[in-house]
Amino acid sequence: MNAYRSAIALLGRGDWAVLATGAVAVMALVVHYWMSPAGQHLVIKRGGNVFLTASLARAFSVEVPGPLGVTQVEVVNHRARVRSDPGPRQLCVHQGWISHEGEAAICLPNQVSVEIVGQVRRYDSLNY
Amino acid sequence: MWGKCGDMTVLTIKPTAEDHRIAYLAALAIALMLMEAALPSPLPGVKPGLANIVTLLVLKQYGLRTAFWVAGLRVVAGSILLGSFLTPGFMLSLGGALASLAVLWLARGLPERYFGAVSLSVLAAFAHIAAQLTIVSLWLMPGVNVFYLSPAFAAAAWLFGLSNGLVAAYLLKNPGWGKQQGNGQYESAA
Repeated sequence: MNAYRSAIALLGRGDWAVLATGAVAVMALVVHYWMSPAGQHLVIKRGGNVFLTASLARAFSVEVPGPLGVTQVEVVNHRARVRSDPGPRQLCVHQGWISHEGEAAICLPNQVSVEIVGQVRRYDSLNY
Repeated sequence: MWGKCGDMTVLTIKPTAEDHRIAYLAALAIALMLMEAALPSPLPGVKPGLANIVTLLVLKQYGLRTAFWVAGLRVVAGSILLGSFLTPGFMLSLGGALASLAVLWLARGLPERYFGAVSLSVLAAFAHIAAQLTIVSLWLMPGVNVFYLSPAFAAAAWLFGLSNGLVAAYLLKNPGWGKQQGNGQYESAA
């Protein structure tokens, strides 16, 4: 209790303001990144053109052919992931499951992107 | 200073008191950085950043120029000791340190009466993590939504910014502690 009180004594009025602003910023990030509504649809693009649009409600997997080979995308339990990709760095595979509106896994070398969209799309388009 | 020693010309570098101070404080910061590198971390990149306590103390006592030197030496020499010099980890460390120093420079106008070490520490911690996430997203892992993890990193920055700031504020308020343990040493050595 004593240590707690002496810690409080070290804080000025401005310090409290900075801490409060920081806490609000953290909360805003949590709301923005973690509490966005779950998406309902998945859009797979190949070379910038829509390859497939599907609902996340039903589990399925699909093979998307690209310039390097086949990118496998699967949907299970309202989540989607890139299961395998011929790209050298495997960034989109390591990204794992995506389920929130606006999230995307992009396999740049094979020109395949998987994007989660809601009922109403928040953005007209996303370009990479 | 140039001098003759037999046939050879000898170059003697005379370190100033400030050189000694910077070297001593940078060594202290590097020791904290190495200790911390041995600790396990729940999320890669989330560390308390104890060396920043030294940066804050230096900033408050000797000014931004000395703080810049101490932080720069710590990043470069610390990475050489850890074997990560010029690796992506080093670039992240450097980027974070530069962003923190830039914010500390901007924050120098804040009235000291209201904004103490805790304010500076929290602001620098946020700048640090923002710079690192930006470097990762633009350079190391383009295309991966690294900002998805930003709430966790920001929360860690807030917490460790607060704790480091409290330690620094305590040490600044009780200067006898620092003087006895170290600050006096280089004065007598120099």
